[in-house]
Amino acid sequence: MSSNAITIPGVQVEGKSWLETLHEWVTTVDHKRLGILYIIYGLGFLVIGGVEALIIRVQLMHSHNDFVTPQVFNRMFTMHGTTMIFFMVMPVLFGFANYLVPLMIGARDMAFPRLNAFSFWLTAFGGLLLYFSFLGGSGLYGAGNAPDVGWWAYAPLGARAFSPGHSTDYWTLSLLVSGLGSIGTAINIIATVLCMRGPGMKLGRMPLLVWLYLVMGGMVLIAITPLSAAQIMLLVDRYLGGHFFDTQAGGSAVLWMHFFWIFGHPEVYVLVIPAFGFASEIIPVFSRKPIFGYPIMVAATVAIGFVSLSVWAHHMFTVGMNSYANSFFAITTMAVGIPTGIKIFNWIGTMWGGRIQFKVPMLFCIGFLFQFLIAGLTGIIQASVPVDWQLSLSYFVVAHFHYVIVGGILFATFAAFYYWYPKVTGRMLSENLGKWHFWLFVIGFHMTFDVMHIPGLLGMPRRIYTYEPGRGWDTLNLIVSIGAFIQAVAIVVFVWNLVISYIKGAKAGNDPWDAWTLEWSTSSPPPAYNFATVPMVGSRRPLWDLKHPEDPDSQYE
Amino acid sequence: MSVAAISLSEAQPLVSVPHRGKVAMAGLIIAEAAIFTIFVVAYLFYIGKSLTGPTPREVLEIPVFYTICLLSSSLTIHYAGKVLERGRRGAFLTLWSLTILLGGLFLFGTGQEWHRLIYEHGLTISTNLFGTTYYSLVGLHAFHVTLGIIMLVIVAIFAFAGRVGSEHSRRVDVLSMYWHFVDAVWVVVFTVVYLLGR
Repeated sequence: MSSNAITIPGVQVEGKSWLETLHEWVTTVDHKRLGILYIIYGLGFLVIGGVEALIIRVQLMHSHNDFVTPQVFNRMFTMHGTTMIFFMVMPVLFGFANYLVPLMIGARDMAFPRLNAFSFWLTAFGGLLLYFSFLGGSGLYGAGNAPDVGWWAYAPLGARAFSPGHSTDYWTLSLLVSGLGSIGTAINIIATVLCMRGPGMKLGRMPLLVWLYLVMGGMVLIAITPLSAAQIMLLVDRYLGGHFFDTQAGGSAVLWMHFFWIFGHPEVYVLVIPAFGFASEIIPVFSRKPIFGYPIMVAATVAIGFVSLSVWAHHMFTVGMNSYANSFFAITTMAVGIPTGIKIFNWIGTMWGGRIQFKVPMLFCIGFLFQFLIAGLTGIIQASVPVDWQLSLSYFVVAHFHYVIVGGILFATFAAFYYWYPKVTGRMLSENLGKWHFWLFVIGFHMTFDVMHIPGLLGMPRRIYTYEPGRGWDTLNLIVSIGAFIQAVAIVVFVWNLVISYIKGAKAGNDPWDAWTLEWSTSSPPPAYNFATVPMVGSRRPLWDLKHPEDPDSQYE
Repeated sequence: MSVAAISLSEAQPLVSVPHRGKVAMAGLIIAEAAIFTIFVVAYLFYIGKSLTGPTPREVLEIPVFYTICLLSSSLTIHYAGKVLERGRRGAFLTLWSLTILLGGLFLFGTGQEWHRLIYEHGLTISTNLFGTTYYSLVGLHAFHVTLGIIMLVIVAIFAFAGRVGSEHSRRVDVLSMYWHFVDAVWVVVFTVVYLLGR
């Protein structure tokens, strides 16, 4: 297939100075460049958040360790959680949305390119605010440094009396600012999907990733905003002397928990739904079969979106709600497992009988599938209220949600990196280094997070600075920490692969995976206008129709 | 082989798509509605939980006139959009300015009420839970009214310069969606603060 770019004969393209290039990137409103900026930004924070995780793990490597002070330890787990959720996973997923959604629906850009740039720079500014707290957090009071209140900032820890200085202010403002950026991007994604589709691209023909980003956008609107509202209230408390979460004036600390988790739990699904989307695009291509049960996948995603809005208080079983509330949230939490289970069966159904190619993106997807299943199962275990009373706030919970976020979301995101890198750069990522990355990461991941369940079951609480010897936690924690370092090595291999393949990688061509969605019909990297001729779409797999005119999908839809 | 070849032999119907401005505004309204919901929940949760006075019953008066002002501005902005669609610029300008006036009156009413509460009753945002929740919720709404008025004024400036015509009526409709939302929020805030909360 020939390139889709327009070539203008007789025009000499002059080399640009680095200043001009920088200016172009900073002022860009192109969805592809903003997507790349989001992703590079997220990767930067992956490294920073990863270093913080390693500091935590070194500290916990053996009992009575004093690698860092307790204050620094508190800052590390707070910054690690906040960074990874808000400034690593969210930007990377928004980056993929920016890059892929217009290409997949045959559009030339997002619906609102300037809003898009604005949202990115808000998010970027939010991250800078958070990290500026290391310098400016002391404030006038000379107290505090980086935020150290945990990523939930449970009341009354966030109040002035318990969190003097400006560290919590930086935390609040950075989440508020990046939250506004997320809302802007979500609105943009929704408007793009609904209003910018090319000819023939009906809703029922959109790639599943686009569908899932539509649901994700809707969830961001409903789920991120309660956090923004709660942050405004916290600011009122801290700056104007309000009493929202001030128990001494009749305020309620539990209300903060509710507001935080009304955001916090749907947020998990905001993050995991795009990961589902990656798997739903990659598994069919490497199984050489169309996705199994497309309409059911869409319906299951929408169902997950709705049900996940009513599960938040399962984070609060130990707070002492009444038995009706406990039962309600236990049932809804278990109910989320049903549409999620449907998805897992559909992915297996897609692989079943396919000619599976074990390329690196597929390896990561298979890892995702197994690990996300286990993560879901440990989630169901904790949905049971009495079990949760035992396990809540222990390392079992930490192991569970890292299983979701690393084992599920991060694995699917790595798959997406290997799958779409050729489209973005025009070069293939090295398969060899990719396999090193995969196997090292799988080994490190399972050493860390499988083993981490056990100290949790033995009663090791999360967020403790250190522990007594002789509780049987030492060896386990050492294994967990070694696993963390193996994962760090894998990340180094990954970043090295990204860099070296950009310089030396094999040329990718338009369609290296013999895939079926529209982004593979244009050149790699795509021109600024994406498609010289906006393509007509007749089925869910437009490129299949093009490659197989004798047996197009459109005959059967 | 170019990508245009993806088009099939039989002509495919083009997808009809909604107006992107309206979709985006609907998205913003959903997000804002969620923010207001949290503030309303906080207000309802804290009714009667203040440890000290003053209480809502002692100090709040129902702002009937200013409520009528704000709600009727929904009507004027609606008809402003209608007449703009038909290209009647003069009528549009009149109705649009009337909307700004009514919105401004409402804000004046809020300001007056706050002045009275602060200087006569000594109720500030830090006095008690009622003060905290009341000023936050009403203030959040007033902030949205202010934003709306700023946007209305920008359109009015362009309209006075003769730059707003029937071709802009869809964009004006997007702004009027926001204004209707702000009014609808007031209905909820009014019910919660002045009817249930007293």
